[in-house]
Amino acid sequence: MSRIVRTAADIIYPFILIFGLYVVAHGHLTPGGGFQGGAVIATGGALVIVAYSYAEVREWLSKNVLMGQEVIGLVGFIGVALIAFAFGQVFFFNYLNASGSLFGIPVPYGINAGELNTGGFVPLMNFSVGCEVWGGLTLVILYMLSGLEKEGC
Amino acid sequence: MKKMIVLFTSLLILSAFLGVMALTFTFGAPKMTDMDDYFLRFGQEQTGTNNQCTSVTFDFRGFDTLGESTVLFCAVIGVALIFRKMQAGEEYEDE
Repeated sequence: MSRIVRTAADIIYPFILIFGLYVVAHGHLTPGGGFQGGAVIATGGALVIVAYSYAEVREWLSKNVLMGQEVIGLVGFIGVALIAFAFGQVFFFNYLNASGSLFGIPVPYGINAGELNTGGFVPLMNFSVGCEVWGGLTLVILYMLSGLEKEGC
Repeated sequence: MKKMIVLFTSLLILSAFLGVMALTFTFGAPKMTDMDDYFLRFGQEQTGTNNQCTSVTFDFRGFDTLGESTVLFCAVIGVALIFRKMQAGEEYEDE
């Protein structure tokens, strides 16, 4: 693409990244969550892939790193849910809620201002799902692009 | 002419379907509300999330999200398998 598009992509990409991470981090307070935030970040990756050629992008966005990110996301999701067994609870029990530790401030019933340090293990789940969706969707675009490259289109 | 008939018939069927739906079910008055009331009353205290959608998808219905993540993972694995790097003796099957 032209220099204008590349410069615009360079400027916009960090903001897309920050907005996506914001949506992931505030998933338990505002509309959004892990999946939506990860999709937002993946659109940033798609923007960079469109603005630059595949040969250049291949050096920045490593397929192995993205695949590892996806695996870490899924394994982390299951692992966070499995830790509940250590507390003598059932699978997917919210053991961190109202515990006073990380993300453990109790939330009263009714309208309140919202505190980032609440939600039990829901923010951890959001982070792992966001990590997985980020890696997965970017990886799909990269793989399709590499397939096109091979055919000579 | 044939296209017009097909279009008209499908529009008729669609409008009849939507009309029956609109007349039968009233908006904002579901018949069963026990589960919704429970989520709205106790969800905030039990999960600590102000966003009730997230409390349902990640806590009460956590298995749904687990399945969804697995489906996404399998989809990416499938794409990686289709667009993989071919080995030396391996060839694309034409036609």
